[in-house]
Amino acid sequence: MIPELGHYALVLALFVALVQSGVPLVGAATGNAAWMGVARPAALAQMLLVLVAYGALTWAHVVSDFSVSNVVANSHSMKPMLYKVSGVWGNHEGSMMLWVVMLTAFGAAVGVFGRNLPPSLKARVIAVQGMIGVGFLLFILITSNPFTRVVPAPLDGNDLNPLLQDPGLAFHPPFLYAGYVGFSIAFSFAVAALIEGRVDPAWARWVRPWTLAAWSTLTAGIALGSWWAYYELGWGGWWYWDPVENASFMPWLAGTALLHSAIVVEKRDALKTWTILLAIITFSLSLMGTFLVRSGILTSVHAFAVDPARGVFILVLLAIATGGSLLLYSVRAPSLKTGGLFAPVSREGSLVLNNLLLSTGTATVFIGTLYPLFLDVLNLGKVSVGPPFFNATFIPVAIPMVVAMVVGPFLAWKRGDLLGALTRLWSAGVATVACVAVAAYVTNGGGPLLALVGVALAAWAFFGSLAEFAERIRLFRIPVKDSWNRAVNLPRSAWGMTIAHASMGIAIAGMTGTSAWQSETIQAMKPGDNATVGAYAVHFDRVGTMQGPNYSAEQGVFTVTRDGRHIATLTPQRRSYPVTRMTTTEAAIHTTWLSDVYVALGDPTQNGTAWTVRLYHHPLVPWIWIGSLGMMLGGLVSLSDRRFRVGAPERRSAAKGTLQPAE
Amino acid sequence: MRRLIYLLPLLLFVGVGVAFLRGFDRDPRDIPSALIDKPAPDFSLPPLPGYKEGLSNATLKGDVTLVNVFASWCIPCKAEHPIITRLAREQGVTVRGINHKDKAEDAIAWLKRNGDPYASIGVDLDGRVSIDWGVYGVPETFLLDRQGRIRFKHVGPLTPQVVDEQILPMVKHLRSAS
Repeated sequence: MIPELGHYALVLALFVALVQSGVPLVGAATGNAAWMGVARPAALAQMLLVLVAYGALTWAHVVSDFSVSNVVANSHSMKPMLYKVSGVWGNHEGSMMLWVVMLTAFGAAVGVFGRNLPPSLKARVIAVQGMIGVGFLLFILITSNPFTRVVPAPLDGNDLNPLLQDPGLAFHPPFLYAGYVGFSIAFSFAVAALIEGRVDPAWARWVRPWTLAAWSTLTAGIALGSWWAYYELGWGGWWYWDPVENASFMPWLAGTALLHSAIVVEKRDALKTWTILLAIITFSLSLMGTFLVRSGILTSVHAFAVDPARGVFILVLLAIATGGSLLLYSVRAPSLKTGGLFAPVSREGSLVLNNLLLSTGTATVFIGTLYPLFLDVLNLGKVSVGPPFFNATFIPVAIPMVVAMVVGPFLAWKRGDLLGALTRLWSAGVATVACVAVAAYVTNGGGPLLALVGVALAAWAFFGSLAEFAERIRLFRIPVKDSWNRAVNLPRSAWGMTIAHASMGIAIAGMTGTSAWQSETIQAMKPGDNATVGAYAVHFDRVGTMQGPNYSAEQGVFTVTRDGRHIATLTPQRRSYPVTRMTTTEAAIHTTWLSDVYVALGDPTQNGTAWTVRLYHHPLVPWIWIGSLGMMLGGLVSLSDRRFRVGAPERRSAAKGTLQPAE
Repeated sequence: MRRLIYLLPLLLFVGVGVAFLRGFDRDPRDIPSALIDKPAPDFSLPPLPGYKEGLSNATLKGDVTLVNVFASWCIPCKAEHPIITRLAREQGVTVRGINHKDKAEDAIAWLKRNGDPYASIGVDLDGRVSIDWGVYGVPETFLLDRQGRIRFKHVGPLTPQVVDEQILPMVKHLRSAS
């Protein structure tokens, strides 16, 4: 009964979405306030209905209702409760439901928090959001209905893929989707602005918080995914340039560009058509990611169950959303008024450079990801594009980006003083040189030269961002107490920028450290054997067996020592899940926050007395995720800036209550 | 002219969209054989004990031939066996086999149990010849023309769809061509 209620709610949500995508649009075109007013209640109703449907599906999973085929395919009565709940989005149908939940939640949030928006813009934004909803609800109902029943109901289910039964991955999709879908708001704003034929600083101020929120959650989602890959897949890698990873990285890059170009629109009323285009592209890349993962046109390690009908449907959605918005763009964008002028060396100029480099980076990843497909379609043969391509093409783009990231905030708007900015960065320069020297000394010149470049970039980003902050609060030039007051009174967006940029430095340090200086030992070990990895000695004590709720495991016990000192006892596992007949490796990691010692228990050798043991020493690897967390935090701090909360840059204009953008 | 720049994103997108659409017909996992349109590698395999004929380059010439790599220990081989049998008995296609890394008595017992559609079978005990043919798993199936050139390769068990849509039209074409 409850699954049918969910199904019914979903159909109802589709009809609400149809109303939401039509009526307010007509209202906005004819100036009919009542029709425009439909937008908000419709967005709320759509969200509530989708939530009811999602709740019904969750209920079916939680009580293990095996008459629902989605539950049969992805659940098992013995599965722990956490994974019964997270298993809802651990499969194609359920993940699309989560997509729509996020989509409608964002739409409703515009309805609720968009009080300051001009009514026509708000109506149009929510209408466009409704159209996306129509597309995805149709997609779910036609090709991926999660409420389909099976008769007769089997006694138990097939269980969720054991790789997905993991706390890190349980929360990876919600963050990722919140990011993907969050960009739909920027998209809806862009399309609405094209329909209105007007883009102004106020528009950018409304778009920025949504983009920031989406960007922050996407950052968290990608970081969680890479963390999961690191500890769960058992080979200690954290990024593989796999198509599915790239599918999440491209919207992130484009979203980062959007975040920065929107600043220029907000502050200087320039780069308008470019920002609109970026908003369209960012969301289109999110859609394309969804398409690539589910259509099976590229090979990837983690594709969903592939169904051509679904692929075609998403392609049609993509064609309508992206093709339609780009068509609108080609018609409307030329008539948008261009704004303020600026010199090449200026804050605007540095943000343009940032955008150019980020777009080039996005294009690089795009080409690398789709090159095999293009070649195949043109009958030019089969190739695969792997990490060497991306390392060779993406890193050269990333290096100037990070260098410029530090200098940009020192430049003034309109016309900046590059020499002056560099002079004020002398302390960061000194710190960078010192870090490189320390790194070269500690590693004894080991590792590639590029590693030292990485260290330099990391230090430059970190100390340069702090130097910019110190400059703002005039640290050491005025009494510390006054500096403190200045820091407290700085806008949160300034804090956010410093945190995010410095964290980027931390993350780069982590990426560099583990890529350049990791050591690995892979060998067959019997209990009692010794091995070394990096500066650590590892002793294989014993292997025991243990029983989990829905798996049995072999657990190895390893003692890690350094110069005879006991460091840690690590217990990696090899779990076998009888229902899916799969084994997973649960690596055991000892972290000092500076480096990780990583032990994974592999397959037993043929006679069963020894195991393939993989030992890694990953210097600085935790910093990747500390840095990512910091970037997300920076985004959130910036999001809490008063001008976003109040919807106005300063108190004065808010008091006047004239928030209508001036023509 | 300026308007054209604004049209550019749309044009690029249309190009990508067309590539996606055509991408549905392709299987990215499908790896082409380097031997297509090349003569079969030089080889000569002995017959199973008690069987008359083995398999060599000479046996392959003269007629369009389907060469099927199989083993008694391979479950998918058993699944495709009725399809191969039908091809040989009902469609009159000459089917020859390469018995891959198998024990002779197991292979003979397997053929007795499931029927023997093969005109002749070569025994590749150590799998060396299979390596020359680029076989990386059983079953695999090759189609050769009258001159003994490899014209088509299928990895994995044959399905009725592969037979109807690819193998039979190709057999017809190759027979009429030479």
